[in-house]
Amino acid sequence: MNAQIPRETLITLSNAGVSRGGRTLVSGVDLSIARGEIVTLIGPNGSGKSTTAKMATGVLKPSTGTVVRKPGLKIGYVPQKLTIDWTLPLTVERLMTLTGRFSPSEINAALAAVGAERLLKAAVQELSGGEFQRVLFARAMIRKPDLLVLDEPVQGVDFSGEVALYELVRNIRDTTQSGILMISHDLHVVMAETDTVICLNGHVCCRGTPAAVKRSPEYLKLFGERAAGSLAIYQHHHDHEHGEDGHIHHDHDHAHDHAEHDHVR
Amino acid sequence: MFGDYFTRALIAGAGLALVAGPLGCFVVWRRMAYFGDTMAHSALLGVALSIILSMNMTLGVFAVAALVAGALLILQRQATLSTDALLGILSHSTLAVGLVLVGFLTTVRIDLMGFLFGDILAVSVDDIAIIYGGGIAILAILIFAWRPLLASTVSPELAEAEGLRPEVSRLILMILMASVIAIAMKLVGVLLITSLLIIPAATARRLSSTPEMMAVVAAVLGAIAVVGGLFGSRTWDTASGPSIVVMALIVFLVSLAVPVTRLFGRRPVHGA
Repeated sequence: MNAQIPRETLITLSNAGVSRGGRTLVSGVDLSIARGEIVTLIGPNGSGKSTTAKMATGVLKPSTGTVVRKPGLKIGYVPQKLTIDWTLPLTVERLMTLTGRFSPSEINAALAAVGAERLLKAAVQELSGGEFQRVLFARAMIRKPDLLVLDEPVQGVDFSGEVALYELVRNIRDTTQSGILMISHDLHVVMAETDTVICLNGHVCCRGTPAAVKRSPEYLKLFGERAAGSLAIYQHHHDHEHGEDGHIHHDHDHAHDHAEHDHVR
Repeated sequence: MFGDYFTRALIAGAGLALVAGPLGCFVVWRRMAYFGDTMAHSALLGVALSIILSMNMTLGVFAVAALVAGALLILQRQATLSTDALLGILSHSTLAVGLVLVGFLTTVRIDLMGFLFGDILAVSVDDIAIIYGGGIAILAILIFAWRPLLASTVSPELAEAEGLRPEVSRLILMILMASVIAIAMKLVGVLLITSLLIIPAATARRLSSTPEMMAVVAAVLGAIAVVGGLFGSRTWDTASGPSIVVMALIVFLVSLAVPVTRLFGRRPVHGA
């Protein structure tokens, strides 16, 4: 589904890796993200997904290899977990301007895009997991980032919220043409619109389109028999770009296991 | 207008409170109370060293407090002992070394109690100039760097990903804290400085819905504590520094009676 015209490359990791105290967290990661492209990282816990995302955002410097960003690359970041202490009074409205200055109309538009406009004056500590996640999306989007980095964006969100968030990601991609790097919280779930899935397990195990990864022997080997055939691909109903709808296995059952929980301590 | 010692004390104390309130908010948000205590305890070492080296005392206290903060950063990187234990070591050993050094100073007589508990009634016009000059500089830096400071308090990772520099923010906060400690030592003493940072900020939390509001409320509450404490100490002839802290505590206790959730942070009615 990539356009024929080569798109502007936003970021390129070449053979990038991070070691801490003699221990290798992740190594040999090659990936690049272009405008309008969605790259999803999957892998077990401790496989280096977050480390890879942190190299991309610049929070971690690679100890081997290189990370090249487009000059002036603007990143919007949705963290995996954000605990805001009660001692810090923060409304949604104020959270929206945490790292930059935006007008009230921009704030309202960004919140409306995620269906959270009524939360404008709410204290962030009182939001549910799903509400907070949507607000964090809006906060990252208001920056009009070139690259949106989503660390387990649907973690702690119930099933219908999960579908809505994936739809939101698709919308963001379509309307803003930003590149998207997403970490999936679940080994078996990627968005249908993902252009490239990268399976990590300390290194890159396999990569390709969701359909190709699902069939790849490395994926099956890494994630075991239970995973066989269960790479669920979230697909939007009106998406006609994929010709192989009939082959894509919808297995949403495991998504129900993720009960909504509160991010407030 | 500065002729009366009591007026000078009021002006000096209120000036300090206006700076300590907003900065104290960061101390509370970042859970740096013990850290602030440690820097304050090192102030006595700063006093002793500035007498030995015959340098300006405010500068000496600032330098030692900043050095202690730097030493802590380096020790934290080694990550062998917990921050808590490191603070305990630095806090009490700098205080002890300071006290021992003061004992060696036979040529100069030092009012130890004055440094430990402050002597706000002895402030001079020069002291007021230092407090307001330094205070305005500190507030200017806080206002100028407010957004990155706050963003890296909420999440250093998020701030860094979006192009800010949380390490720089942290450094700025440490320097500002060292400055406030150097300015405040004469007024409330090394043992009570942290309370002026923390108590008004903690009180302001219950009355505020945004970080900016909390900073302003903390400044005002701090000034109220100073004025109330000083009048109280004159009325009942109590020690001035501790009286200010007691007044701050009373304001805090009163604020506990305010039903916060009714005032702020309420949830909107769900439409969906």
